[in-house]
Amino acid sequence: MKLRDIAHSRTGDKGDISNISVIAFDEKDYPLIEAYVTPARVREHFSEVVHGEVIRHTIPSIGALNFVMRNALGGGVTRSLALDAHGKCLASALLDLEIPDRIA
Amino acid sequence: MKTIRIGSGAGYSGDRIEPAVELAEKGDIQYLVFECLAERTIAIAQQTKLKDPTKGYDPLLADRMHAVLRLCHDKGIKIITNMGAANPVAGAAKIKEIAQSFGLRNLKIAAVSGDDVLEVLKAGDQRIEETGAPVSTMANKLVSANAYLGAAPIVEALKDGADVIITGRVADPALFLAPQIHEFGWAMDDWDRLGKGTVVGHLLECAGQITGGYFADPGVKDVADLARLGFPIAEVSEDGSAVITKVEGSGGAVTTATCKEQLLYEIHDPTTYFTPDVVADFSRVRFEQIGPDRVRVAGGTGRAKPETLKVSVGYIDSYIGEGQISYAGPGAVARGRLALEIVRERLKLMGVKTTELRFDLIGIDSIHGDRLSTVSGCEPYEVRVRVTGRTDSLKEAVRVGNEVETLYTNGPASGGGATKSAKEVVAMLSALLPRNLAKPAVDYVEA
Repeated sequence: MKLRDIAHSRTGDKGDISNISVIAFDEKDYPLIEAYVTPARVREHFSEVVHGEVIRHTIPSIGALNFVMRNALGGGVTRSLALDAHGKCLASALLDLEIPDRIA
Repeated sequence: MKTIRIGSGAGYSGDRIEPAVELAEKGDIQYLVFECLAERTIAIAQQTKLKDPTKGYDPLLADRMHAVLRLCHDKGIKIITNMGAANPVAGAAKIKEIAQSFGLRNLKIAAVSGDDVLEVLKAGDQRIEETGAPVSTMANKLVSANAYLGAAPIVEALKDGADVIITGRVADPALFLAPQIHEFGWAMDDWDRLGKGTVVGHLLECAGQITGGYFADPGVKDVADLARLGFPIAEVSEDGSAVITKVEGSGGAVTTATCKEQLLYEIHDPTTYFTPDVVADFSRVRFEQIGPDRVRVAGGTGRAKPETLKVSVGYIDSYIGEGQISYAGPGAVARGRLALEIVRERLKLMGVKTTELRFDLIGIDSIHGDRLSTVSGCEPYEVRVRVTGRTDSLKEAVRVGNEVETLYTNGPASGGGATKSAKEVVAMLSALLPRNLAKPAVDYVEA
């Protein structure tokens, strides 16, 4: 299934750093997103866009992950040549990840 | 237990005007806060102020005050805003002028300044965080340097009886934290409560982003009536717990899902959210739906404030030239690609000096590049060519767009709707400044 089936997401920006939250609609699905939405997968998914490290923070109290991605906004929101300089569209792109429907 | 209601009347400089009027009319609020200062806004306002010393505050200040000032005065609602941008004192004078035009009396307006630390930074040995370079080495390119002030000067103005408080650069959550400190008498080192108050401020600072804005995804996350989106209200109690809600009957929704998305918006490590007043900890926050459009927030906390203040540094970075043109019908994508190849070669042939170039086909690959964009095999009906280049002068930047525009008569068949632009880029970096080097000041005018 797609990550979009069980989670929602929002992108924020600070300088050249983008952060993307991944939030389970139902908190019982949190272990699933924690198991499969790893920093390595996010880094691979955005390999054309994100050129720095990807760090993951966990917030189990609300069933959410927060990815902090460096060198992700074309040199920074205020100087980027990109059409979507803020990286606002990244959240929707991440929800396209294919993930298993149970923990193996 | 004492509670107060704080409304959030704007989430960015250009935000809708009338949701704040709805909050003042029907929100039963005591405070109306407008957060209108993005990273770059103050640098651009600084350039405006240099041309005209009576300007440099937010361009929509007058519109927003015309909409709410009389109502707030009649109902005793206090207004707090960072619309002062580069010139809070001139902003206060403008508000006084508007108050007088309405015939309002006994209105005390406070201007909070002291965030401008450009001269301090030029003379000091601070370094740019992103690059490690000393700030002084870029002195001739600097446009602005503003320290993020905390809640203290706003609390002082509230104690002095101000009805409207207009600031320059202040940490966004501090605009909301200040009335909580003032009303509940929280100590400035009560880190737990300051942390809780900062959570509330963070949730409210983007206005409609917690009431269903920036959230809707039809079929997955539906939100009703976004054209009449209601802006949020926080009902805060003395112990720092809060309920997020909105005016009954307004558009949008307040749910645990909208609150969770906003909690993590523009957050890095949720255990360590730096503000001038407290290092807030969001990592154990919980939300509970206690009624329609009513969500209880608990679990925020904090620890001692940092020794340094973050400074947002604006500088002339470069120039950007851009051109766009559309192709439609059969073969549109192939003609778009041909157009990009032609412009790429032309820029080389003509010796346009760029330090960075970008070639996009809007509708095909402009947002996330080739790999993520190849989902369906269908060819779109239309594409839009976009070429942008970074240059060291405006003159060179103009040449980038020219090479797209000339595709009209020199490029592929049926190109239409060409546009071009060239602009100076004021970009932002950051630095850290010892706290004692920024000196907040509060000035008053009365109408």
